[in-house]
Amino acid sequence: MAGELGHFSLILALMLAVTAAVVPHIGIRMGDRRLMALADHLVYGQFLMTIAAFGALTYAYVTSDFSVVNVAANSHTAKPLLYKISGVWGNHEGSLLFWVLILTLFASAVALRGKELPLRFRARVLAVQSALIVGFLLFIIMVSNPFLRLDPAPLEGNGLNPLLQDPGLAFHPPLLYLGYVGLSIAFSFAVAALIDGEVTPLWARWVRPWTLTAWLFLTAGITLGSWWAYYELGWGGWWFWDPVENASFMPWLIAAALLHSSIVVEKRDALKSWTILLSIVAFSFSLLGTFIVRSGVINSVHAFASDPARGIFILAFLAVVIGGSLTLYAWRVPKLAPSGLFGLVSRESALVLNNVLLSTFAAVVLVGTLYPLAIEAMGGDQITVGPPFFEYATIVLMSPLVVALGFGPLLAWKRGRISRAMQILLPALIVALVVMLGVTWEYSSGYIMTAFGLALACWLMISVMLEIAERTQFFKNPSRAFARAKAVPRATWGMSLAHFGVGIILLGITVSEAWTAEKLVLMSPGEKVSVEGFEYEFMGVRPIAGPNYTAVRGHFRVAEDGKHLVDLEPEDRVYAQPPMNTTEAAIYPLFSGDLYAVIGEAAGGDKWSVRLYFKPLISGIWLGAFLMVLGGLVSLSDRRQRIGAPKGRKKVTAGVEA
Amino acid sequence: MAKGLRSRKKQRLVVLSTALVAFVGAVLLVLLALGGDSLSLFLQPSEITEKQMAVGERFRLGGLVKDGSFTRLEDGLTYSFEVTDCVADISVTFKGLLPDLFREGQGVVTEGALNGTGQFVADTVLAKHDENYAPPGTMPKNAAACTHPDTVES
Repeated sequence: MAGELGHFSLILALMLAVTAAVVPHIGIRMGDRRLMALADHLVYGQFLMTIAAFGALTYAYVTSDFSVVNVAANSHTAKPLLYKISGVWGNHEGSLLFWVLILTLFASAVALRGKELPLRFRARVLAVQSALIVGFLLFIIMVSNPFLRLDPAPLEGNGLNPLLQDPGLAFHPPLLYLGYVGLSIAFSFAVAALIDGEVTPLWARWVRPWTLTAWLFLTAGITLGSWWAYYELGWGGWWFWDPVENASFMPWLIAAALLHSSIVVEKRDALKSWTILLSIVAFSFSLLGTFIVRSGVINSVHAFASDPARGIFILAFLAVVIGGSLTLYAWRVPKLAPSGLFGLVSRESALVLNNVLLSTFAAVVLVGTLYPLAIEAMGGDQITVGPPFFEYATIVLMSPLVVALGFGPLLAWKRGRISRAMQILLPALIVALVVMLGVTWEYSSGYIMTAFGLALACWLMISVMLEIAERTQFFKNPSRAFARAKAVPRATWGMSLAHFGVGIILLGITVSEAWTAEKLVLMSPGEKVSVEGFEYEFMGVRPIAGPNYTAVRGHFRVAEDGKHLVDLEPEDRVYAQPPMNTTEAAIYPLFSGDLYAVIGEAAGGDKWSVRLYFKPLISGIWLGAFLMVLGGLVSLSDRRQRIGAPKGRKKVTAGVEA
Repeated sequence: MAKGLRSRKKQRLVVLSTALVAFVGAVLLVLLALGGDSLSLFLQPSEITEKQMAVGERFRLGGLVKDGSFTRLEDGLTYSFEVTDCVADISVTFKGLLPDLFREGQGVVTEGALNGTGQFVADTVLAKHDENYAPPGTMPKNAAACTHPDTVES
C-alpha cells in the first residue's frame, strides 16, 4: 500500500513540477504577479509530495516489505535499523529519489528565504529548478521506479553489501548528494540570470552562500568516503583515483573555483560571464558524476548498453541540460553589461589564477577518467589510467596554486603590490627554503618531491598566519591585536581556516606518503614485532558474534619504550547475507601518526597473517579537511553572507541593531 | 571611454592568455603522461600471449579466480592462484593480505608484471568498491565455457 502511495505522490510531484516549470515564465511575460507568486506554492507542493514518496520507500525498508523489488534487492530483516534506512539511498533507484528530495528541499528553501529577491527573478529561478526536477522525476518514473512490486514476494531480501554497512558510508552518499544538488541552485540562478540578461552583485551575494554550502557538503562527503576507505578497505589507502572518486572530485574542484569567482562578482562586479559559466559547469559535473556512478558506464561501455533505456535517457537528459544551458549561455552572455576592471597584480587576478588552475585540473581529471571509456568505445584496447597520471597532474597544477594562495589574500583589490606582499611573506619563504634544503640534505635525492611538498605546506601555513598577523597588526601593535581580530569579518576568518586546512592536508599527504612504515608478518600469540619504535605484541584471537555477522578479533598490545600504550583489536568479519568478508582495521591516532593493525587469515598452527603500519601525520588529511569545512561554516555564519542580508542592512541604517 | 575600452581589451587579453597557457600546459601534460607509465593495459589471460607482453612490463590482469587453484605458499604470506577468462589460465602470485572480496570463482583485478617463468607477480589485488561496481574486464571472454558464479549475470 505504502509503495503505491509513494508512486502516486511521485506522479503528483511530477505534475506540480511541470506546472512550476512553465507557469512562472508565462506570469513574467504577462506581468501577472499572482502567476509568478504561484511558483513558491508549487515548489512547496513538490517538496511535500517527494517527502511522501521518500517516506513510503523508507517505510518499506524499515518494515522489510520484500514485495517491493528495490527492498528485496537491497535489504534484509537481520540488518540493523541504521543500515535499513541507509539502504534507501544505497542503491540506484533510491539514490535518485533522494536527489529529487534534496532538489525540492533546496527549491523550497529559496522560495521561503528568498523574499528579498525580486519576485520576477525568484519565480524564474524556481521555474528553472522545477524543470530540473521534471527531468529527474521522469527518469525515476519511467526507467528507475523504486516502487516496482515483486510477486510472489520473497521471504528474505538480498541484503546490503557489508562493506557499506558502516556508519561512515551510511552518511557519505547523502552528504555528497547535498553537495551535488546544492550546485543546482547556483545553476538555476545562472540560467535565470541569463534569461533575464542581468547579473548583479546581489545575484552573487545569493549564489555564494549556496555554492559555499554545496562545497561544504562535498568536502565533508568526500572526506568521509576517503576516511571510510582508509579504515574499512584494510590497507591504509585513502584515495585511489578511481572513476567513482573522480566523479565527486571534479564538481568539488569547480565548486571551489566558483566559490572564489563569485567573490569577485559580489565585491567588484567583475568576472560575471565567467562565473555564470562556472555555475553551469559545476552542476553539469554533478550530473555527470551522479550518472557516471549510477549508470555503470564506468565499469565498461558494455554495462551501459546492457540497460539501453536508462542509458539513452541519461544521455538525452545530459544533452538537454548541459547542451541547452551552454547554448543559452553562448546566446545571452554578450548581452551582459561589461565587467569591472582590475590590474594585472590584484586580488582579482589572483582569484582568476585560482580559477584557471582549478578548472584546468578538473578538465584534466575528466580526461583521465573518460579516456579509457573513449578508447574502449572506439574499439581499442582496454586500458586504465593509473594514479601516476593524476598525481603528476596534481603536482603540476596545484603547486602554483599553493604558491599563489600565499600571496592572494595580501593583494589589494583592483591594484595590488607584489613587493609589499613579498615583504610580509619573507619569513614564510625562508622557512620553506630551509625545510626544502634540510630534507634534501638529510635524506637522499629520492626525497626531492617530499622536500618540495613539505616546503609548500610550510609556505602555505606560515603565509596564512602572517596574513592574520598583518590583518590584526599583531607585530606592530600587539596590545590592540585582539580587538582588531574581533573586528575582522567572519568570512575572512573562514578563508584563513580553510586555507590553513589545505596546508595541513598537504603536510599530512606528503609525510604519510614518504615515511609510512609497513610490516607484513606471520605472528603466533606472544610474539612481538616492532614498527617504527612501536612494539606490537600479539595476544591471540577470539571469536565474536555481531548482529548479522561473526568475526575473528585479534588482540595486540602496543608498547612504546617498554610502556604499554594501547590495545588494538582488528576484526575480520564474515557476513551471512550476502556472504562476504570485511576487514575492520584497528586504528589508534597519535599526534605523530596512526597505529594501524589488520588481521588476516589463520596460517596453520596458531599463526596469523597480520599487517601492521605506522602512518605518520596521516590524520592531517582528515584534520585539514575538517578545518576546511569549519572555515566554510564560519564564513557562512558571517552576517553579510546570510541570505537576506540586504534587509538586515536596511534595519541597521534605520537604527535597529540586527 | 576609449581608454577604458582599451584597458578592458588588455585585461581580457591577459586573462585569456593565462587561461591559454594553463590549457596548453594541461594538454601537453596529458599527452606526455598518457604516453608514459601511467597508462597501463588491461588484459585478460588469453590476451597476454596475444599481446606478447615482455617480462617486467606492468599491466593489469583481470579475470576470474579459478576454482580449486588457490594455495598459500610456505612462508604463509604469499598466495598463489590462477586467473582465468575461460579461454586461458595464468598463474599469479601475490604477497600480502588479500582484499575482503577475494574468493575462488569470483572476479579479480590484479596489477603487476610477468616474471621469467611466465608467472604473473602481482603487487596489488584490487577490491571492488561496491556491489554494483565490478571492476571492468573481469567478465570472461568465453562465458559459455565457465561454471564460475560471477559469470551469472544479475
